[in-house]
Amino acid sequence: MGQKTLEQKLAILSDAAKYDASCASSGTARRDSRDGKGLGSTEGSGICHAYAPDGRCISLLKILMTNFCIYDCAYCVNRVSSNVERARFSVDEVVTLTLEFYRRNYIEGLFLSSGIIRSPDTTMADMVRIARTLREEHNFRGYIHLKTIPDASPELIEEAGLYADRLSVNIELPTDASVRSYAPEKDPATIRKAMAQVRLKKEEHRDRSHTGKRPRRFAPAGQSTQMIVGADASDDLAILGNARRLYSSYGLKRVYYSSFSPIPDSSSALPLIRPPLQREHRLYQADWLLRFYGFELEELTAPAREGMLDLDIDPKLAWALANRARFPVDVNRAERETLLRVPGFGTKTVNRILTTRRFRTLRYDDVVRMGANMKQARPFVTLGGWTPGSLTDSADLRSRFAPPPEQLRLL
Amino acid sequence: MRTITLPPIATAAAWRDAARGLASAAVPPEAVDWRYGNAAPGLFDEAAAPPTAGRFTVPRAFVELAERVCWHSDPERFARLYGVLWRLRDQPGLIQDRGDPALAKLRQMEKSVGRDIHKMRAFLRFREVGDSSAPRRAFAAWFEPEHHIVEPNASFFQRRFGDMDWLIVTPDLSARFEAGQLTFEPGRPRPDIPEDATEALWTTYFRNIFNPARLKVKAMQAEMPKKYWKNMPEAREIPDLIASAEERALAMRAATPTQPPAYARAIKERPMPEQQPPAPDTLAALHEAARGCTRCDLYRNATQVVVGEGSTDAEMMFVGEQPGDQEDLAGRPFVGPAGRLFDEVVAEAGIDRSRTFVTNAVKHFKFAPRGKRRIHQRPDAGEIQACRWWLEAERRLVQPLLIVALGATAAESLTGTGKGILKRRGTVETAFENVPVFLTVHPSYLLRLPDADLKAQERERFRQDLAAAQAHLVELRAT
Repeated sequence: MGQKTLEQKLAILSDAAKYDASCASSGTARRDSRDGKGLGSTEGSGICHAYAPDGRCISLLKILMTNFCIYDCAYCVNRVSSNVERARFSVDEVVTLTLEFYRRNYIEGLFLSSGIIRSPDTTMADMVRIARTLREEHNFRGYIHLKTIPDASPELIEEAGLYADRLSVNIELPTDASVRSYAPEKDPATIRKAMAQVRLKKEEHRDRSHTGKRPRRFAPAGQSTQMIVGADASDDLAILGNARRLYSSYGLKRVYYSSFSPIPDSSSALPLIRPPLQREHRLYQADWLLRFYGFELEELTAPAREGMLDLDIDPKLAWALANRARFPVDVNRAERETLLRVPGFGTKTVNRILTTRRFRTLRYDDVVRMGANMKQARPFVTLGGWTPGSLTDSADLRSRFAPPPEQLRLL
Repeated sequence: MRTITLPPIATAAAWRDAARGLASAAVPPEAVDWRYGNAAPGLFDEAAAPPTAGRFTVPRAFVELAERVCWHSDPERFARLYGVLWRLRDQPGLIQDRGDPALAKLRQMEKSVGRDIHKMRAFLRFREVGDSSAPRRAFAAWFEPEHHIVEPNASFFQRRFGDMDWLIVTPDLSARFEAGQLTFEPGRPRPDIPEDATEALWTTYFRNIFNPARLKVKAMQAEMPKKYWKNMPEAREIPDLIASAEERALAMRAATPTQPPAYARAIKERPMPEQQPPAPDTLAALHEAARGCTRCDLYRNATQVVVGEGSTDAEMMFVGEQPGDQEDLAGRPFVGPAGRLFDEVVAEAGIDRSRTFVTNAVKHFKFAPRGKRRIHQRPDAGEIQACRWWLEAERRLVQPLLIVALGATAAESLTGTGKGILKRRGTVETAFENVPVFLTVHPSYLLRLPDADLKAQERERFRQDLAAAQAHLVELRAT
């Protein structure tokens, strides 16, 4: 096996990184390089510099430091028992790739993850060294996301947070039992403790010292995590319940749901299925409804059977169809909480309705101009120039939204 | 008819000046002909707008809207803006109206400009044109925006690429940043910028980050329309990636699991670094054993078990309710707000905290998730009962002379009932093998009192209770 070129390593180590869903580069502290002494800027909202044909945004250079790994997680392409080709970047190689890509405006920064080599601490120390080199030797002011290794020592995690914008620890699977069976070397308790530590450190770094000095910011874009959906038998209720627990416990910015995707050289322990993309989409919608629309988890999973969300229609519409007694809603009178529950109305639309309503009575066309999806909202609202009549209670309402039933194919 | 010609550079500022003058002079929208470009004024045009007189105010939101809309490519944009400005003079509240058609059109244009600005930041690609070892490296890019956005967008590139020289050429306008100075030049046709060696690496990355099992071409094109592809090096790969995706995904599914490589076994069987098991009958051993506790369901949602801490020779053992949010994160008892208050009052009561042992009746945090917070919930009888086993183990290890029960849950665990704690406070009952238990309130009770006077009073009572417990301990020592 000869020495691999940089291009070969990049091919192997980006291929190995693509199963991580997150590529966000938003919500961090503002920085720029107007002083001419460094490179890069971050200004609140992230930028997607390209899209791959899988529809996912490419914002960061998402790579593994190495895909050698001593762990044997069944769902992972890099597990020790897999036959994939292995490679390892040097610190300088990662730094150079990041800077050269950044200068050409290909990326917002670096998302670095790694297989576990030798020990969690040595691996984490190498990752921290890459972040430190970028920040201190090259004055890099772009975005850095470090995937934290849960078993690494607290000192290393603290140092990582000083250089990185975001830290993340993957919860991997929706239940502790699944983690134990599919990722035997990982301990769900350790993963939780790592998240707890990130939250505590972030809070610690927020307080000024007794002299009033502000400490260095710790992971200003917070922490996130990822859950693989569809590899184990957990239902949507369990997945969303776990997400709700994580949001409330560790101040997470995002929980990413990643539908389990077949991987090259997969383990016999897992199904080789088509990734459940629609399910993943519905989970994200439900996640948003829970966090920004005032829905309770039990409400969303109630209309569906056996703890699963309806795959054919979105969870808000499913809820509205199951609670038609609450509709139609008078757009000119209803409170914010009620408007937020109308299918086809987003938070922005609701804000616009509320401000404009102070001046005049709204008509159908007004709400269309405000960005409402009236095709969805129509059966659930009344306003100037529109009443749904018997539409709200019509028996075939669901079939107007759901995709037409497909004839089952004969085997 | 007045003709106003706005220049291609500083257009927004020029429009604002002109519009202010025209509106002050009460020139109605239908009497103004707005033009764009460097063209000299026509022979029969009336003089430019009169100087500003009789200032008037417009809502700030409109100023921001106008600033953006001026960069739009629609030739009607200046007239549309002036039309709305004219109406705003008498009706300033109009700007709040999200349903007005003319305003909605302007907002749509604003959004289009915003999107174009964003896409330029996203999809513009620099190529290196100078010596890569020079102190300031030089890059150039060609971009074809939909609107006149080079000027408002240049400062973004200035903020981002502060340590290099760059040139952005568009058919409309060019921006040059050299030695820290930003200048604008007229636009020109596509220059010949030679390919950059890093593009091959970037293309390799693009090919490999794509997951063929999740092909979603529409989602890609919605965000990255084809019109941008021709100036993006990686986009050349897209047709091939799409064409081969199905086949690659099928191949992955068809492939049968392989045998693990030989080294996998050696690594898996490599002994993990030996961890010395803690000596039996120590607090460390107890902690280790409690880590895996599933005696009740609370372990499912909590971060970790929180066992007691302090001196194992302690004569006094404090028992609280359960770990709170902070204790659950830190894995240590009494470190949150109630714990800090407890520490203060303990010190005031003349008790040496380092010579005591503090723990909780229940070792896992029970809570209800509410958005970004966890709301404390009182453990039920079953949970208290399940955890009593650990409390008893701690008691056996520490062998205190006196236990202080803080609050109803501790009282319930130790004495069998938590009822009437306010009446029972200050009294001594017994638990386990006749160990005396001094009863008082939980410090979090003090934190919840809304009235400051009452809080001070209750804090004093709590201090008195602790002092009484300490006095009782002295008596116990004597017997």
